[in-house]
Amino acid sequence: MSERNEIPERDEIPPGTLYMLILKTLVRSGELHGYEIANSIQSTSRDVLQVEEGSLYPALQRMLIKGWVTAEWGVTSGNRRARYYRITRLGRKQLTTEVLQFDRVIGAIQRVLQAN
Amino acid sequence: MRIKELGRRFVMMLRRGKLDGELEEEMRLHMDLRADEHSERGVISEDARAMAQRQFGNATLLREQSHDAWGWAWIDRLFVDVRLAARHLRSAPGFMALTVFILALGIGATTAIFSAVNAILFESLPYPNASRIVTIWEISGEGARNDGTFGMYRGLAERSRSLDSLAVLKPWQPTMTSAGEPERFEGQLVSAAYFRVLGVRPLLGRDFTSADDRLNGPNVVILSNKLWRRRFNADPAIVGRDVTLDGNNYSIIGVMPQGFENILATGADAWGPLQYDMSQGRAWGHHLRTIGRLRPGVGIDQAARELARLAHQIVNEQHPETYGRDFEVKLFSLQADITRGVKPTLLVIAGAVGLVLIVACVNVTNLLLARGVRRRPEFALRIALGAGRKRLMWQLLTESLFLAVMGGVAGMAVAWTGVRALVALSPPGLPRTADIVLNGPVFAFGLAVTTLVGFVFGLVPALQISSSPHRDIQDGSPRTTGAQRRTRSALVIAEVALAFVLMVSSGLLLRSLQHWFAVDTGFDASHLLTMQVQTSGRRFRENAATYKFFEDALEAVRHLPGVTAAALTSQLPLSGDSDVYGVHFESSPVQTSMEDHSAFRYAVSPGYVETMRIPLRRGRLLDDRDRTGAPLTALINESYANRNFPRIDPIGQRLRIGPPNGPLYTIVGVVGDVKQVSLGLNRADSVYVTPSQWRFADNAMSLVIRTHGDPAALAAAVRTAVWSVDKDQPVVRIATMSDLVIATAAERRFALILFEAFAMATLILAAAGIYGVLTGNVAERTREFGVRTALGASRGNIVGLVVRQGAVLTGSGVVVGLLGAAVAGSAIAAMLFGVSRLDPVTYAGVIVILCCVSVLACLVPAWRVARIDPANTLRSE
Repeated sequence: MSERNEIPERDEIPPGTLYMLILKTLVRSGELHGYEIANSIQSTSRDVLQVEEGSLYPALQRMLIKGWVTAEWGVTSGNRRARYYRITRLGRKQLTTEVLQFDRVIGAIQRVLQAN
Repeated sequence: MRIKELGRRFVMMLRRGKLDGELEEEMRLHMDLRADEHSERGVISEDARAMAQRQFGNATLLREQSHDAWGWAWIDRLFVDVRLAARHLRSAPGFMALTVFILALGIGATTAIFSAVNAILFESLPYPNASRIVTIWEISGEGARNDGTFGMYRGLAERSRSLDSLAVLKPWQPTMTSAGEPERFEGQLVSAAYFRVLGVRPLLGRDFTSADDRLNGPNVVILSNKLWRRRFNADPAIVGRDVTLDGNNYSIIGVMPQGFENILATGADAWGPLQYDMSQGRAWGHHLRTIGRLRPGVGIDQAARELARLAHQIVNEQHPETYGRDFEVKLFSLQADITRGVKPTLLVIAGAVGLVLIVACVNVTNLLLARGVRRRPEFALRIALGAGRKRLMWQLLTESLFLAVMGGVAGMAVAWTGVRALVALSPPGLPRTADIVLNGPVFAFGLAVTTLVGFVFGLVPALQISSSPHRDIQDGSPRTTGAQRRTRSALVIAEVALAFVLMVSSGLLLRSLQHWFAVDTGFDASHLLTMQVQTSGRRFRENAATYKFFEDALEAVRHLPGVTAAALTSQLPLSGDSDVYGVHFESSPVQTSMEDHSAFRYAVSPGYVETMRIPLRRGRLLDDRDRTGAPLTALINESYANRNFPRIDPIGQRLRIGPPNGPLYTIVGVVGDVKQVSLGLNRADSVYVTPSQWRFADNAMSLVIRTHGDPAALAAAVRTAVWSVDKDQPVVRIATMSDLVIATAAERRFALILFEAFAMATLILAAAGIYGVLTGNVAERTREFGVRTALGASRGNIVGLVVRQGAVLTGSGVVVGLLGAAVAGSAIAAMLFGVSRLDPVTYAGVIVILCCVSVLACLVPAWRVARIDPANTLRSE
């Protein structure tokens, strides 16, 4: 129990948005490995969004297959082998689609919530 | 885009092991870095690692999800299913053995038949551009196929623009006396372009040239590879050496390559130039086979039109008088030509084996359904534990595919044996039997059939799982529903119907064969030994020497103990001999083109008609008076006489044989009709003359010997007697006349044996099907029967219930089968002889047999029912 207290309160990411978050992170930062992607999502969301860290990896595999990202092995600053992911043109297109769709849904939800 | 994605998936599948490692490494790095981060914040290292792991989540599950992403999770599931299938089937060894056995028979028989059909009908002949090789025939006005003539060959070869090359050929049986023992072998005399038509060049030496192929040209010979190895130890310096053939020196000019297959005479070991002698007046006699090679880009129809036009032009210009004007020239591809006789038979056999395969599948489906019922509790449990319906269907399909593969493997063994049996049974007329082997295409076919079969019989049980309502499966009771019972009954009815179709077909073939052998040959075939005696050597260039040799040989044979009569003939009925001449009756000098006056010409020693026991209808037989110098005499056969002399006495009428300016023969007798070519052909027009009154001496004569006892037992003695006159003369084609008669039906017997085997197999399977359904029903209805008995039903009533069910299954099967048999009857119509394809005797017989068999299949279940003790059954549930 003691460890849990050290970790700040976090929210699960909304379902279906993991690809979008990963793609956006890669657009911003260029080349990252999995650990960096997880950290980046957490820190840019000011530690609000919690990625179940392991779930990045099946998602990344699916994205590789779809051709949204490419991967290359490189070396970390700590001198360890790591797989670095980079977004492709197809990935950028996908990101645009997903962001548009997300905005539409969020907008709609907000309109519902703000309606009297 | 989709394609690229598939490509990436495929790459990932191939690199599966490596990817696994990479994913592992990536995940480990992640957890290490996270743990390091915690440690830096002061958490002790074990806790830091545990925290990192917790944050990461369920690594095993994530790994599986990643595998799913790569798209080959199904492989893992397949392995599980296969293991599961293997375990299930191991637990039911009897079921598995039975299923595999049935499938092996079905798949094996189908594959074996396919190997024959493929080799004979579909594989192209072993020559370059084999589709351009054609055979050329003349079809007479009445539809008979005639061999080519030299005159026509020469004319076409000079004028045709659609053919690359053209050749004529005829059989040749030279005797070699140079190296070692004298030996006679099969060969061909061919015109110069023969090997060019086939597109094959000699391995050693040279091909024939037009300089070889002219009258009185050089004696040259090309040897087969086999003969070269066997008799000349594959001597590489063989070309240019001499051999003695028929007493003459021949120079060996070439050796054919090893793989060369001489389709037109598969046993040929030597080829000589035809060196045709136009002076003998036979240039327009139909006794040569003609083959040609089309020019590239010329279609077979186009060539046929050109050759037809040229042929009529040639006949009109050169006006050979015996040549009919009413004929057509037809071209066939060589492949179509050599398979012409067997193609319908083979296709029908292929169809029949297809039916066997269907019945095997139906039977296995039924077995699987019955087993599926018993496995209901298991499925209920698995559904309760969360197995999806789709997953269960896949598992069932995997099981049936697994069974099919085992059946397929065993089936290959069956096919291997089957192919051997097929080749051993194959009639002599079946071409390319050496090529009937289990090769790549055949294995591919077997694999395809196996897969198809697995899906087909797996689908029914799988669909039943998916279509039956949940509670049905989940109540887990091993009982059939009405729908399942109906499915199983329908399948059994289908089996009975197919068995009926095959039984009727083989019944019709059997009756055809009976009719075939009941045909009157026109002579008495029992106790008759036949063989051909040939003359070989220079001294037989003199006609007198040939006559003398044959007379002496005949005399020697006649004196053998056990011989009651013997005679010689230039052509033997039913032996494949066919020597036809144009005949002109003096009384009707003007020939109408519609009427065919050609007849078989027999040069027979006096006593031939008596030895054969051909009945004399009018006049007298030939005897020793009819010699050289005496008035020329001839016999003709009955129907020929009746047709040509409907109102006057044929005796004393005169005729010419061959050229219209030839000598006149006087008809002295009329004898009964004889089947010469085949029992199925009524062409019997014949003219008999004595050898010494014929214008040349035939160099091969057949001996016919009537014996007291078993004719085959005398064969050696007769041969020795012939050799006592001259030991260098070959004696070939030794056979009893009954064997020759039987051989005329070789293809029919071949088809019949296969059909009988197929019909027997399907009958057994159908009976097993009836038995299975009834036994299953009895087992399930035991309680009901118990109640009925308790309520006063007699044993007879209850047994009646079971038997009635069997009767309904059989009866419905027969009704459906009647329709199928009518269709099958028209498919085999060409193979029927003297029997209607709706022959009531066959149909009735088959129905009786089927009924008897189905009664047998009912017996055991009925017996079980009769032994039901109502008290016991009621207590047991």
